[in-house]
Amino acid sequence: MSDDIIALIKENVIQGRTTKDDEGIDEDMTGKPGVLELTQSALEKNVSLDVIITQGLTAGMQVVGEKFSTKEYFIPDMLASAEAVGAAMDVLKPYLDASDVETKGKFAIGTVKGDIHDIGKNIVAILLKGAGYEVNDLGIDVSAEKIIEVVKEENTDYLGLSALLTTTMVEMGNVIEALKENGLRDKVKVLIGGAAVSEEYAQEIGADAYCVDGFEAIRVLDAFQEAKA
Amino acid sequence: MPREGILIDTPYERITKEQITLIHQASMEILRDPGLICFNREAAEIFDNKGAEVTSVSSSEHPCWLVKIPEKLVLDALDSAPKIVKLGARNKDNTLIMNGEEPRVHWISGSETNIWLDVDFPTYVKKSDPTTEIQVPEFHPRRGTVADLCQSAHVCEHLDTLDGYIRTVNIQDKDITEDNKDVNKYFASLNNTTKHVMSGLTSLKQLDNVVNMAKLIVGGEEELKENPIISFITCLVKSPLQFVEDTTQTFIEICRRGLPVVVSSAPQAGSTAPMKEDGIMAQINAEVLAAITLGQLVNPGAPLIYGSVPVRARLDNLADSYGAPETSQYNVDCVQMARFYKLPCYATSGVCDTKQPGAQTSVERLFSDILVTLSGPQYLHCAFGLLDCNSIFCLLQAVLDDAHFKMIKFFLRPPRIDETEIAETLKQLREVVATPQKLYIRYIRSMMRSGQLSMPYPFEGDGETDNVFALAYERMNQLLAQPVEHIDRATTSRIFQEIPGLLPRLNVYEERRD
Repeated sequence: MSDDIIALIKENVIQGRTTKDDEGIDEDMTGKPGVLELTQSALEKNVSLDVIITQGLTAGMQVVGEKFSTKEYFIPDMLASAEAVGAAMDVLKPYLDASDVETKGKFAIGTVKGDIHDIGKNIVAILLKGAGYEVNDLGIDVSAEKIIEVVKEENTDYLGLSALLTTTMVEMGNVIEALKENGLRDKVKVLIGGAAVSEEYAQEIGADAYCVDGFEAIRVLDAFQEAKA
Repeated sequence: MPREGILIDTPYERITKEQITLIHQASMEILRDPGLICFNREAAEIFDNKGAEVTSVSSSEHPCWLVKIPEKLVLDALDSAPKIVKLGARNKDNTLIMNGEEPRVHWISGSETNIWLDVDFPTYVKKSDPTTEIQVPEFHPRRGTVADLCQSAHVCEHLDTLDGYIRTVNIQDKDITEDNKDVNKYFASLNNTTKHVMSGLTSLKQLDNVVNMAKLIVGGEEELKENPIISFITCLVKSPLQFVEDTTQTFIEICRRGLPVVVSSAPQAGSTAPMKEDGIMAQINAEVLAAITLGQLVNPGAPLIYGSVPVRARLDNLADSYGAPETSQYNVDCVQMARFYKLPCYATSGVCDTKQPGAQTSVERLFSDILVTLSGPQYLHCAFGLLDCNSIFCLLQAVLDDAHFKMIKFFLRPPRIDETEIAETLKQLREVVATPQKLYIRYIRSMMRSGQLSMPYPFEGDGETDNVFALAYERMNQLLAQPVEHIDRATTSRIFQEIPGLLPRLNVYEERRD
């Protein structure tokens, strides 16, 4: 029985269906339970959190990633699946907090002060949540003070800073300086991204990585996680 | 069901109704005075018998006549010329219905080039860093052969956007002569594509052999009338204003047999026609109308297509310049003139001045392909794979052209804007603005899957690498590896028994037995 529901969770992640109202890819899926409803059912049936996450959600995302790399899937498919996983993770969060199952890590993200362009930031947030990270989306035009407060209070493992404009990208360096001043720099890995920045700029301001897109962000974070383990 | 083509809802019109009338009137005047020089005796007699003013030109070393055509003869011919011409096909789903009053565009290959362009991809090593290697396409021109023609028809059969086939390469094998060229080029084409096949005729003596071959394929004379799987293109008027001897005779005989034929005129603005737009238009229109008049006098109701291949002269060497914007202007004007007469139109686009695939080639081809398509000709000779004006055919280029025609085809789909769509959009918009991310991306998926979105350029490389030619080459080889539906064994056997001059190596069944 639990095998069935886990297989359905995996399949619906592949279909990118968060709720029963979503279409998915195959025909006639609308009306059938999506990842959210199936995750709730799995919890009611006492399926272990570890099984739901690894054999349902993560296994589904693994297939989605493969389909994306072979160009069978495109960004909208990837995001739909990541959204479905993200919604499931929200449902699982209270159970995870009360258990000894660890998430992959805490990731805070925002566009830096003065920058309100958030398409890329939103996509990165959805993808990382779908990849199993605990994502705190700080929004747009986020001040260095606010970032310091979050990193300090929530023990953030990873910080993503986004900027579209050449006029606002300098704020990324200011955030890193503020982290140093508050003794937090060694506790958090800083990733930067956005149209204005580059690998060279990341090195210049002392960031830990430059990510060209959300998929690169997943690869970078997974590599950090592996190194930590 | 015939091929759908693309219906242009609102055709692009370059010239006004008043300008069309002016060109028409000028053409009528040209036909009356100075008229045309006719080097074909029978044509001169036909015109003479039907009321044209025909006088012998004694000053010429070749026998010829001055033919002055009264307006009434032309108008009567325009009345009797069919407004709808059907071009059949071995596979009836590939039939083309060309209605002179409906701007439904069909994209066709051609013309006949002497040179076939091979391509390969040698590897080059960077001198300063021998670990760095790149593959660069190299193009090798050579004379075309009948095997090339088979390959070209084979690939064109599989190109989705190509609606019909005009033979692309002049077959110059050692065993091809004037007496067997026509049967071999028609057979090579017909045996490798199930789409409509059009070609010019090298020798009038071969006309009946070609027609008989087509009859054998479709099952008889009546069947060929019902499903004319072949048609012809004739350039019987040499600009300016001269009926040539041999092609005019060929044209007369094709008209007698009632098979579809394009009457094509190919003046060069600046040398064989005035450079001014009104001038070349008045002349080419007069030349085409003169030919249509002759065809209708020979056989009232003969299925004729208003053909135009106007081109501007280059000023550095007086060669054709198909890449010049004026060439597209002339072609659009011709489409409008044909529509004025309600006749199906053969127009030209896509021919380029460059000798090999590349950036200039793409610019020139796409420019004219888009513009002339938008004007709505029924039969657009858009020159799949043609390079160097009409001199070189490159199969790789034909595959590249298919990709850009897919883009044009997609662009020309009718817009989906109605009350239902707007209501759905408003619902979507309200849902999105209520979410924290405010992204519409999730709504793309059903559009993607239902074919509402265009696909990425098929020859796009990974990252910043330009792999267009290599990827198109891969696609070309994939298409060559796909089978085509040849003429069946029994019919092939009859064709080889009854039609003289066919090269035994074209019999795919014999080849397999060996």
